[in-house]
Amino acid sequence: MMESLNNQITTVEAINSALADAMTIEDGIILLGEDVADPEEGGVAGVTRGLSTRFGDSRVRSTPISEQAIVGAGIGAAMAGMRPVVEIMMMNFATVAMDMIVNHAAKLRFMSGGQTQVPLTIRMATGAGLSTAGQHADYLEAWFAHTAGIKVVTYSSPAEAYGLLQSCIFDNDPCIFIENFIAYAQKGTAPEKNSRIPLGKANIVRAGKHVTVVSYGPQVGIALAVAEKLSAEGVELEVVDLRTISPWDKATVLESVKRTGRLVINHEAVKAFGVGAEIAAVVQQELWGDLLAPVRRVGAPSCPVPYSRPLELAFMTSEADLENEIRLALK
Amino acid sequence: MANQDIPNQEILLDMYKKSALAKINDENARRVIMNGSLPMIYYSPRGQEIIPAAISVNLNNSDSICTIYRGMHDMVCKGIPLEKLWGEYAGKSTGTCKGKGGPMHITHPETGCMLTTGIVGSSLPIANGLALSYQIKNEKKVCVAYFGDAASNIGAFHEALNMASIWKLPVVFVCQNNRYGEHTKFEKATSVTRISDRAAAYGMPGIHVDGNDPVAMYNAAKTAIDRARNGEGPTLIEAMTFRFYGHVFGDQDGYMDKEEKAKAMAEDPLPKFRAWLIEQGYASEQVLMELEVAFDKQVKEAIASALSAPWPELDELNIDVLAAAQH
Repeated sequence: MMESLNNQITTVEAINSALADAMTIEDGIILLGEDVADPEEGGVAGVTRGLSTRFGDSRVRSTPISEQAIVGAGIGAAMAGMRPVVEIMMMNFATVAMDMIVNHAAKLRFMSGGQTQVPLTIRMATGAGLSTAGQHADYLEAWFAHTAGIKVVTYSSPAEAYGLLQSCIFDNDPCIFIENFIAYAQKGTAPEKNSRIPLGKANIVRAGKHVTVVSYGPQVGIALAVAEKLSAEGVELEVVDLRTISPWDKATVLESVKRTGRLVINHEAVKAFGVGAEIAAVVQQELWGDLLAPVRRVGAPSCPVPYSRPLELAFMTSEADLENEIRLALK
Repeated sequence: MANQDIPNQEILLDMYKKSALAKINDENARRVIMNGSLPMIYYSPRGQEIIPAAISVNLNNSDSICTIYRGMHDMVCKGIPLEKLWGEYAGKSTGTCKGKGGPMHITHPETGCMLTTGIVGSSLPIANGLALSYQIKNEKKVCVAYFGDAASNIGAFHEALNMASIWKLPVVFVCQNNRYGEHTKFEKATSVTRISDRAAAYGMPGIHVDGNDPVAMYNAAKTAIDRARNGEGPTLIEAMTFRFYGHVFGDQDGYMDKEEKAKAMAEDPLPKFRAWLIEQGYASEQVLMELEVAFDKQVKEAIASALSAPWPELDELNIDVLAAAQH
């Protein structure tokens, strides 16, 4: 799909290339999901376009709308030694496959005493901002992060999407790979072919000394924009992209906050009981004496994603929300 | 015994050995629970042993099964080693799963026991995945999904049968209809009189068979497994049977029809099979008795070994949650 790796590419192109390049290296990688094959146009967002033509109908299969069966097939094939990548079109649709994900994919390694494993990648896209309302836009990463035995990964640029997805595919544990609908069109520098970004390792995307902002996914872009703005005032934010939400890179976050003394966590998901709560609890326990201000969090209100545009905009976290929390941390 | 092709003596004896070992294993499980030497959560499959015996004589070691919490007989018939099975029952480090799965999650890939699930219906979608891998790799292997009658009412059944059918997966769906889902009678919870009729909805053959009849069950198993192995797709077998000891062992089964239960127990398929083998001259009383005595000794040795085995180390809590670091 990509003309040249030296060009700017979109996130869709990056994910497509990550899949194609991985499939070229290893025959055991198969793709299952609704509409993923070319007769069905390679998925609703075209992420897998071209892959069934290139790798064949046996390895790239459009499935019935049967999320339990899709994830179950991925689990079984993974137990038999393959590295399936299954697509759950929207993160909310994972709710109907939770038994397969939580009771099976996540637990089979432990419950079997390490005799079986599930090297399965489950891709799912989500995100508010497209007026798709309450059942097509939730960020549900905390549910998965709360379950032992599964990794939760997301990305902040096309190159990051490429490198992290490759790592998920070749990882021996089940990985939830969270994509964002709006960010599918985002462009960025193309990655090097087959470059992988290690899981469990955060990335300091901007160094700073006054406040650490921990974020992930498209929210990293918001953090960088706020950092740019506040820099003009002499406030230097250190922006940490978690990359792997679970298990999260405590060492990098703690080291950063120890230097800055202030932490704001920023995610699109509902704030209450969210990933930010876990990070805040750990940081406050580990760095109590080093903190210059209480840890603060930015997240959505405890409300289903609304439809009406003004409501949706108010629901979504914004640069202004983050800036406000940072100013409170600096008080 | 059904008026059908009778398998040869070797197969018949193999079926008897498998089902008798499962029966004796169950008797011992109930004994150690009752005498307090090994309390555990246990779902007795007593009465259902002919079904996996007939299935297993048609499988190779490299074929796999996905079974459920009431699946001890399925795994014993598939060849799971008794010492490891009992080690797991006892929660010991010598168990199949180092004591981390327990009776509801026995796993032993070396003998093809890939999954035991405690969730009704969840053996089916995962069996599809194993079968999908065999199909893509052209391995000529078969996966059997075992489940009970109640599982045919959960969504996973529908999704799995539909997917297996459209992809012609080498999978056999074996429903052990033991007449009760937990405490509820089959008729009260199921919209059809025969679960095998549901196969028509998925465009696959449905076989309704007396799962307690060794010859009929053997022929049903062979038909379905041969079909899967030859790339002709899945089959739904509904094997009629009965469970003798309630849902979870220890429940008082006040919800069960006493007459129905008494009648089913009077027609215990194992003594019937045994008597038939002797009557037809396939084996002598002496040979079968020696087998049974040897099995009972094996099981008791496995239990003794499990009871004296060490507990898992507590650091097992941190092991096998995720893979050891690879990157």
